[in-house]
Amino acid sequence: MTTMTYAARDSATMLRRNLRHMVRYPSLTLMLVGQPVLFLLLFVYVFGGTLGAGLPGGTGRADYLTYVSPAILIITVASVAMSVAIYVAKDATEGIIDRFRTMSIAKSSVLTGHVVAALVQTALAVAVVLAVALLLGYRADATTAGWFGAIGILALLALALTWLCVALGLAAGSVETASNTPMFLMILPFISSAFVPTESMSTGLAWVAENQPFTPVIDTLRACLEGRDPGSDLWWAIGWCVLITVLSYAWARRLFARVRAV
Amino acid sequence: MTPQRPAIEVTGVAKSYGDQPVLRGIDLTLPAGTVYALLGPNGAGKTTMVRILSTLLPADGGHARVAGFDVSKEPDGVRRSIGVTGQFSAIDELLTGRENLRLMADLAHLPRREAAARVEELLDRFGLTEAADRRSATYSGGMKRRLDLAMTLVSRPRLIFLDEPTTGLDPRSRRDLWKIVRELLGDGVTVFLTTQYLEEADQLAHTVGLLDGGRLVAEGTPAELKTRAGGETLDDVFLALTGHPATPADDSEADGSEADGSEADDNAADDAAEMETTR
Repeated sequence: MTTMTYAARDSATMLRRNLRHMVRYPSLTLMLVGQPVLFLLLFVYVFGGTLGAGLPGGTGRADYLTYVSPAILIITVASVAMSVAIYVAKDATEGIIDRFRTMSIAKSSVLTGHVVAALVQTALAVAVVLAVALLLGYRADATTAGWFGAIGILALLALALTWLCVALGLAAGSVETASNTPMFLMILPFISSAFVPTESMSTGLAWVAENQPFTPVIDTLRACLEGRDPGSDLWWAIGWCVLITVLSYAWARRLFARVRAV
Repeated sequence: MTPQRPAIEVTGVAKSYGDQPVLRGIDLTLPAGTVYALLGPNGAGKTTMVRILSTLLPADGGHARVAGFDVSKEPDGVRRSIGVTGQFSAIDELLTGRENLRLMADLAHLPRREAAARVEELLDRFGLTEAADRRSATYSGGMKRRLDLAMTLVSRPRLIFLDEPTTGLDPRSRRDLWKIVRELLGDGVTVFLTTQYLEEADQLAHTVGLLDGGRLVAEGTPAELKTRAGGETLDDVFLALTGHPATPADDSEADGSEADGSEADDNAADDAAEMETTR
């Protein structure tokens, strides 16, 4: 019981610390929200007219806004997750993780604090980006169950990508490396059904897009927000997220035990 | 006072990185309430020794008990008893000095009121009250080191490890730190420190261990070692016992020499003079 109490208390202490970091490092926090908003504006107002007309049954910009808004939410999740790699790498290289490891605290609390703080930040960032999309005229047709599904799948993705970035941050060895290695999380959504339907891609690329984790996640989110049944995509999405979470968590634990300041 | 068991008991501790041996069987005993200085050049294995004793690194062989706990079997007991100030400052630079100390107090599970009092007490004792609400990234090297040590002391550990506590500090900050170590000793705290500086070992330690190539080549009080080697300074001792001078010719860890050069040029001369007189 005491162990559990201490684990909760230490995690809460670490969470406070990490949330404070986000306030103290506003340029990073602003970039995390600003980047997806910029993408949204870019894709709707620059590419949206043409891309919307190319959608099956689409006529123009308004259709593309509906199509791309869920994708931008996914980009937001990825964007916040990437910042965790930077924060974790900063801790690891500045030697403060070594300090924590010589203290009698719940070991898991250091990384848990980072993850929970990132989830809080993801929730805030997603809310801001969704508000901007609504301002631009985006309307979701989701049922109540659909909204829960959308929040659930975004949370699962956030958990998976955050743990992955925690591990990447620990593996990086420097803050510079940690800000680069998770970049693929920004690239991968482009090779998925996020921005254009996979059928419109060249054959080889379409195969990759259809079989990579982001596609079932984005398709599930889109179905939830449009009031449709996601079908088997839901199970693929959950499966991918759980798999990534479990593997990344195990990897992060291993790395955490070996990290040392350089 | 009740008879105390030694603060640190080490037998045959060995460690290799790959096929590169770093520690080749270390034995040492440190009575509670004393200062032990592990002295040696870069690469001698000093930091590895501290990392093993502070549960950060498993040893390949041998036994080590710290504060009565086996470092490999009861790491949490060790962690409850020790404080560690590493070679690299382990402060949170995005937080203020006060917030850093409060973080440590919270992690030490001090009750709220006691935590606040302890934080103020340490800020005052380490001369950080004025800078308490400034982000610690803006602190000077000496202030960072003081904050680092203050953070180590929040939980009132009875045994502290200081890994090259004054490397890279200007002479004045170095003397400040020495003063703090002496005060700790007055409070009955046991100190295990590593250093490349012979004067530092001479100034602070009851027992000096000379670490060279992963072996403890000599051990004794500073005076004993000087007598044994027939030299006046620990420099002579090191040369007599190892066949080479303690201060490495080329400093691969530029950290120390660099900061000394940039920060301390104008102080270096009078500091050297003062060291001569104190000795």
